[in-house]
Amino acid sequence: MRSIEKNLNSFESVGIRPVAISVDTPEETRDLCQKAGYTFTFLSDQKNDAIRSYDLVHAGAGEGGKDIARPAEFLIDSSGVVKWVNLTENYWVRARPEQILEAAKVLEAE
Amino acid sequence: MKGSVLKLTMFKKFNWQIWFAFLLALAGAVTYAFVFIDYPALRDFPWTALGFFALALGFLFAGFARAFAVGTRLPGKIAASIVGLLALAVMGLFLFAVLIAARWLPESKNAPQVGQTAPEFSLPDINGKQVSLSELRSAPIKGNPPKGVLLIFYRGYW
Repeated sequence: MRSIEKNLNSFESVGIRPVAISVDTPEETRDLCQKAGYTFTFLSDQKNDAIRSYDLVHAGAGEGGKDIARPAEFLIDSSGVVKWVNLTENYWVRARPEQILEAAKVLEAE
Repeated sequence: MKGSVLKLTMFKKFNWQIWFAFLLALAGAVTYAFVFIDYPALRDFPWTALGFFALALGFLFAGFARAFAVGTRLPGKIAASIVGLLALAVMGLFLFAVLIAARWLPESKNAPQVGQTAPEFSLPDINGKQVSLSELRSAPIKGNPPKGVLLIFYRGYW
């Protein structure tokens, strides 16, 4: 998230809107954003609705055996078509900003 | 004069190698989690921690060799064994967490693939306002129409 925030200008200048989604409540998410200084969009999926429809439920992995999202990134074009997917195999390994910007070049061509 | 000689012999008797090994093991784990995690190249594989651990093993070996040398007394051996095992436990747990447990993720075989339409959703933002994917795809960014949306699913901080 920190790397997304740091590169927010680069993303926005190529027309990409980053959106973060987790099971945290809007209040918890607001606290996180305030503390960490995140300014892009954060959404709250407490019932795992979107997380389930993207098949990203990590059953029982949250506190007290709660279902949460596994880490994943999707780049979707303005017509709603998926252009790039990153399903990490290691919790610590996330998409790097330069990887995302590289993937975003397919959007430029449209 | 007598006092300083005593201190010197105490330091000579103190198995600092084994404690230093423990501190190095701890430093490797802590610096990874709090410092190097922000640098993708060092985060993706814990090189820095492995460096610390290699040094720690060297001092661990030296510490054990010293503790179990002929003529050392039993309390020193026990203390060195405890600290040494703790150092090994820190390294073992860290490597387990970062290299093995971190891979226990669902396969997500039915996740949307490239070329498919992303499932629509509507979720509350941090102010409780409902936001849908189609809105995110069409609302202007700094006055320009957006080219795309980057969805980042994360575990949450509970």
